[in-house]
Amino acid sequence: MTVAIIDYGSGNLHSAAKAFERAARSMEDPQAIKVTRDPDAVYRADRIVLPGVGAFADCRRGVDAVDGMLEALTEAVRVKARPFFGICVGMQLMATRGKEHVITEGFNWIGGDVVKIEPRDESLKVPHMGWNTLDMVREHPVLERLPLGPKGRHAYFVHSYHLNAANEADVLARADYGGPVTAIVGKDTAIGTQFHPEKSQRFGLALISNFLKWKP
Amino acid sequence: MFKVRVIPCLDVKDGRVVKGVNFVDLRDAGDPVEAAIAYDAAGADELTFLDITATHENRGIMLDVVRRTAEACFMPLTVGGGVRTVDDIKTLLRSGADKVSINSAAVSRREFVKEAAEKYGEQCIVVAIDAKRVKRAGGSDRWEIFTHGGRNATGIDAIEYAQEVVSLGAGEILLTSMDRDGTRQGFDLPLTRAIADSVPVPVIASGGVGNLDHLVDGVREGHATGVLAASIFHFGEFTIRQAKDHMVRAGLPMRLDP
Repeated sequence: MTVAIIDYGSGNLHSAAKAFERAARSMEDPQAIKVTRDPDAVYRADRIVLPGVGAFADCRRGVDAVDGMLEALTEAVRVKARPFFGICVGMQLMATRGKEHVITEGFNWIGGDVVKIEPRDESLKVPHMGWNTLDMVREHPVLERLPLGPKGRHAYFVHSYHLNAANEADVLARADYGGPVTAIVGKDTAIGTQFHPEKSQRFGLALISNFLKWKP
Repeated sequence: MFKVRVIPCLDVKDGRVVKGVNFVDLRDAGDPVEAAIAYDAAGADELTFLDITATHENRGIMLDVVRRTAEACFMPLTVGGGVRTVDDIKTLLRSGADKVSINSAAVSRREFVKEAAEKYGEQCIVVAIDAKRVKRAGGSDRWEIFTHGGRNATGIDAIEYAQEVVSLGAGEILLTSMDRDGTRQGFDLPLTRAIADSVPVPVIASGGVGNLDHLVDGVREGHATGVLAASIFHFGEFTIRQAKDHMVRAGLPMRLDP
């Protein structure tokens, strides 16, 4: 079993790779974590992770800049139904469009736009930077045994934009930051988190483990 | 619910942890990676490394510290100190830093903040501001920016500077009072509040923490969204958990995950 973490020049792959390696080590079936920018390796992988930090348009350009990557990714996830995990901007790219500074096309796997968060409470700062609890919207295997809700565990967020999903059924969890913020999306074999599981200590590792075990 | 952050800061010189008292006397307090692991386990909300290595040759040691920390700790890590170029930011992020803090380089060339934010996103660009109260003949006091560990005056107004760097793309301000740093008298609350209320991004209060009430004051009076401290944690005076429990008792929302 191989897990491909896509390297398209965006930010901190090291942490994501290490967190997936740590989670994989504690599992029964060994899964090899491979950071790669080879579309063929992505196409052949059993699971795919798309990290992403920075601006939506930059990340989209980064994916497009690797020849054949988008085709391999789309084929693997949408046709071969491989489990996919988008992190932060990697999750936002699953949307129809990004509206950060300019309008940019997303992969359109999840209907909706990526829009600026606008907390109603003026004392709340943007970026939404720090730890927040999650409220479950829909049950999903990747959320199994994770303590959510106001008394549950926290996830680490760093973002100013979020995916405003067109279909409620695609939202698995939200956070509250002066209004609802989309925290986890899921559709078919793809999930995505706005927060950084690789930076969310034990909670993040537990979520990654669930993803690695998930057999959709 | 969104929580207040408690952030231990480790000053690192040539790969070893030190803590400056008013940035003069340095004491060796151990291996930064070990300290980071301990803080991760203790429930710190983020970690900050400040690289005070003077020589260019030894800066590679810091990248190794960052790399080893990111392998062992799955928590947010900010690294600052000597960040002057977009390439410096790239190597730090690639080594495992989540945020990079820029200090003097932003003072001498504001556009650097913009270039950095455009390239890597505002969320990972922290501007560290060292401010000091300056008496003005015939006028009211104000806070000005100082560089080089508080030795160099710039004459730049701290509030205007904070607003400027935020408009250029700083995603967070790490604000240190040079008057309070190392004094254990608490944050400069009027300064913290003045900056926090004048920018839309999070402000981390730093400099002067001597007891746990000071942490509460930084949030409640200073309007900071996070509080940074070093010696009260490094020398075992208080644990992260004690700090958070104290802040909970004061009514602040804190993360107490096991």
